[in-house]
Amino acid sequence: MWFLCVFYHRLLDFRKPEVEALAELFGEEIAENESLQWRLPEHHHNDTPFHFVQLSSEEIARNIAKRSILVKGMYELWGEGTCYEELKESILSYPDSRKLQFLTSDSTFRISVETFGKALTFEEQKDRIQSLTYIPFEGRVNLKNPDHNFFLMEMIESEENNGLQPILQRRIFFGREVGFADRKLLPTFQLKSRTYLGPTAMDAEMAFLMANQAKATSGKLVYDPFVGTGSILVSAAQFGAMTMGADIDIRVVRDGRGPDCNVWSNFKQYGLPMPVALLRMDNNLPPWRSGLKEIFDAIICDPPYGVRAGGRKSGGRKILRGTVDPYTVPDDKRTDHIPSTGAYSLVECVHDLLHLAARMLVMKGRLVFFFPVLRDETGGEVKFPEHPCFKLVAVSEQILSSRYSRVLLTMVKVEPYSEEIKEAARLMHLEFRENHLKWLEDGNIHSSVFKPIDSSQIHTDPKAFKDPKPKYRGKYV
Amino acid sequence: MRLITHNMLSCNIKGVTNGFPLRIEAGNVIKKEVDFNPDFIRHMFAKLEWKALVEGARSMGYAELPEDSPDAAVLESDESFLKKLHHALLELHLEEGALVCPETGRKFPVNKGIPNMLLHEDEV
Repeated sequence: MWFLCVFYHRLLDFRKPEVEALAELFGEEIAENESLQWRLPEHHHNDTPFHFVQLSSEEIARNIAKRSILVKGMYELWGEGTCYEELKESILSYPDSRKLQFLTSDSTFRISVETFGKALTFEEQKDRIQSLTYIPFEGRVNLKNPDHNFFLMEMIESEENNGLQPILQRRIFFGREVGFADRKLLPTFQLKSRTYLGPTAMDAEMAFLMANQAKATSGKLVYDPFVGTGSILVSAAQFGAMTMGADIDIRVVRDGRGPDCNVWSNFKQYGLPMPVALLRMDNNLPPWRSGLKEIFDAIICDPPYGVRAGGRKSGGRKILRGTVDPYTVPDDKRTDHIPSTGAYSLVECVHDLLHLAARMLVMKGRLVFFFPVLRDETGGEVKFPEHPCFKLVAVSEQILSSRYSRVLLTMVKVEPYSEEIKEAARLMHLEFRENHLKWLEDGNIHSSVFKPIDSSQIHTDPKAFKDPKPKYRGKYV
Repeated sequence: MRLITHNMLSCNIKGVTNGFPLRIEAGNVIKKEVDFNPDFIRHMFAKLEWKALVEGARSMGYAELPEDSPDAAVLESDESFLKKLHHALLELHLEEGALVCPETGRKFPVNKGIPNMLLHEDEV
């Protein structure tokens, strides 16, 4: 069955992957190398909030809409057109067998008018509703809690805005609501009222998106190896998953900012079950017992990119660089010794993350993480991390600045962990240790993001300088 | 720290081959109730090292688990066993104490329920 899926007009790249992941979660049968079928309305392009998607039942559509962050609603389309005459023809030709059961005299209904691109006055809205008298509504109107909710949606032409493509022609849709979003979720969980925050806490909307990409649900165990303040785990817990987290910084994980302001308080704030475990450990040298594998259903995280927060790993900084010989901590100082840590390059960090996921995820388990990319103007092919155990199923870009963005990668484990993979990872680990400095230099995002604009530009045509790069879409679009 | 976590951890100091299971030095153990989710317990059962769990539970003051790992069939039929397993895995907390490596004797401290598994510079 085809449904009209209306999205909130934000985080455009994230919309369809979220629906695909949720469809799978709610039981939609999707063949091995395929995805859902999507269709665009006539004259619309991919940025439009209106998409048609094929799902096997109304129930799945309803469940997706309820849990989704970016879907505003799912509708059974009764008609569409570029003007009200076309709309009338379209609705009249829609089979009665689909319509009449929702128009019965013992039911209640409501018609809402929504416009995209322009605000309508109350009078104008009323006129539009009145124009639908050719539909034989026999029930009573109930504005608060109707049995059936109908939507008349009008998309109006607009010009280029914020780097997005313009809408060229008006289009009107009329449909019966099948599912709608939970609008209370984001206001409840927004970061500004969160008890314990850190500089890189994931904002609630994005954390829920990540939890949806990972198909977090009751009975599953979700792990975050860079847990920090627990912002990602909170969202997974809200969707019913058991959670577990680790971090190398013991102050964040164990102490927080006090007994009422730490990771546990974040869960307490929302009445969510506490994480199963919080650990201090180094992902580069994890303390998992040998033989332990396939224990997590999903790994969701935001590794340190090295731009605003750098990663750390075990081993003294000076030892790793070779400026100091390896030393032994004297016995009498051992108990309270705080081990020093060294810089952890993004390349090595992601390598370790993929290896951890390859080993510890169940088959078909999902790895969902952010990866930073420089926004190169030459438009070269970006290479994402790869691993023989994983299949990349979704890539969604969030533009952070004119210089760089981050992409949310969703990978599914399709091959089991093997001795060969273990050995390859061990060799790579040694390679990183031997050539510590070289790996730190490669792919250093921090310097690219913060380097000053080329000074030669200042002396050219002042108009050109005002807009050296084309306007970009912004963080939330 | 719960026993479910303890069951996953070993000492990873360079050169150590027999770092599992870590012996629990229980300083302060408390009981915290957790909602019972039988699916989750069944799912976890398959991943557990049973002997380590029984020994660990004993160190934390709980001796109700059977010595030998029961058959998978018990999981479906015996809810009281599942509840005992749930209690052992999720409701016993080591707030203060240490995890001790069986080979080297190195202590990994547990403070405020969080084990510190970070290695010193010369153990890496």
